[in-house]
Amino acid sequence: MTHSPKNRGKCEISLMVNGRPETVRVYPMERLLDVLRQELGLTGTKEGCGEGECGSCSVLIDGKLVNSCLIPALQAEGTNLTTIEGLAEGPQLHALQTAFLECGGAQCGICTPGMILAACQLLEKKPNPTLDDIREGLSGNLCRCTGYMQIFDAVMEAARRNPA
Amino acid sequence: MRSNPADCELIAPGTLQAVLSLLSDEPGQWLPIAGGTDVMVQYAAGNLPARRLVSIWNLPELRGIVISPDEITIGAGCTYTELQEHDVIARELPLLASAARWTGGIANQNRGTLGGNIVNASPAADSLPALLAYEAELILVSVRGERRVPYLGFHTDYKKMKLAPDELIRAICLGRRFSNYLHYARKVGARDAQAISKVCVAALGRLRSGATGSVIDDVRIALGSVAPVPLRLTEVERIAKGKPVGPELVQLTRKMTTGAIQPIDDIRSTARYRSAVAGNLVAEFLQQLRGSGKTV
Repeated sequence: MTHSPKNRGKCEISLMVNGRPETVRVYPMERLLDVLRQELGLTGTKEGCGEGECGSCSVLIDGKLVNSCLIPALQAEGTNLTTIEGLAEGPQLHALQTAFLECGGAQCGICTPGMILAACQLLEKKPNPTLDDIREGLSGNLCRCTGYMQIFDAVMEAARRNPA
Repeated sequence: MRSNPADCELIAPGTLQAVLSLLSDEPGQWLPIAGGTDVMVQYAAGNLPARRLVSIWNLPELRGIVISPDEITIGAGCTYTELQEHDVIARELPLLASAARWTGGIANQNRGTLGGNIVNASPAADSLPALLAYEAELILVSVRGERRVPYLGFHTDYKKMKLAPDELIRAICLGRRFSNYLHYARKVGARDAQAISKVCVAALGRLRSGATGSVIDDVRIALGSVAPVPLRLTEVERIAKGKPVGPELVQLTRKMTTGAIQPIDDIRSTARYRSAVAGNLVAEFLQQLRGSGKTV
């Protein structure tokens, strides 16, 4: 990750997005969230609070959950990024997406992409989570519709269908 | 109003040496940004005074946790997730591991760094009382070389600290001498997760046998969110040492705690509530110490 002080203004940033190499020309301080939505057309990532509190804009960078509203574009150079668009394999939804649909884990949908990516990281670390693990794993993702119970059910169901 | 990215410069020189040279050549001109969990919030709100930023995220020289026989050295760029997941830290520095778990949500724990938490200098930062209790030392680095300073006294006033404009925190050093202490940490906030503390406390203590029963051999008590800087209650500690933990001492330390802090009314709490809670937490710590069996 280098960017010479002499190169003011926009710079080229290359990264892997959902398994595909991408290069964008953006200001280095542009928020990764805006790069995803406006430059790459990946509008599945949502903006909620815009200050790292709500988790709506969560994506995975090198497998780790982050708030894309708090990442300057330059710091994404050379990383491997996964957004909600990268979870399904063709028409085959990810187990978490299926479980969210079946359990009523999504209502207005603004928190859903972030919830699912947070759940992805949780199940990566804890394939057989307890309810407390799920509550803690999703504690940085706020939902104002569901009351959370259907979301917890969905994560539990996805874990049950994909035993470690 | 949100900042305009076209108005801001961000560079990533890629090595510590290159960053330090930049800070030395143009001191005070560049704001270091690590995981961005504080800087980007100010940026989003249009409150970031800096227009030139230098990325120190992922600099290899700031990463890593080194365990030596006497000391644990934590790279300033280590994240809260790394602190929580490290076995030795979880076992020997549980106050720091707890604080790492309390700070922000998981996404922010994956990006927020211990060094960043220190220089952001929020009086409400949960990790800072733990660093005071463990008597951490900081390794500061610049092109002029390194210097090692005690963390106690590093923050001089609200958001002010003894860090030269050309310096970075390279590492945080913590001694491995608290294995037979009671480690007490408690955060009081609006909810357990992702809420900034109204009051937080980190304390260590152990007892010894005295002529008429157990007395306090050693004690360290630090509080957050109750003053312009994280506070260590050195006077309370001095009074408590050598005394048995009984109702008299608990009452005295509660009163002294209330006198030592300077809490304020803000959106999260009131000065009155913070005072009462701070006194209660110190009392709870001493009561736990009495029953802990942690004796020299």
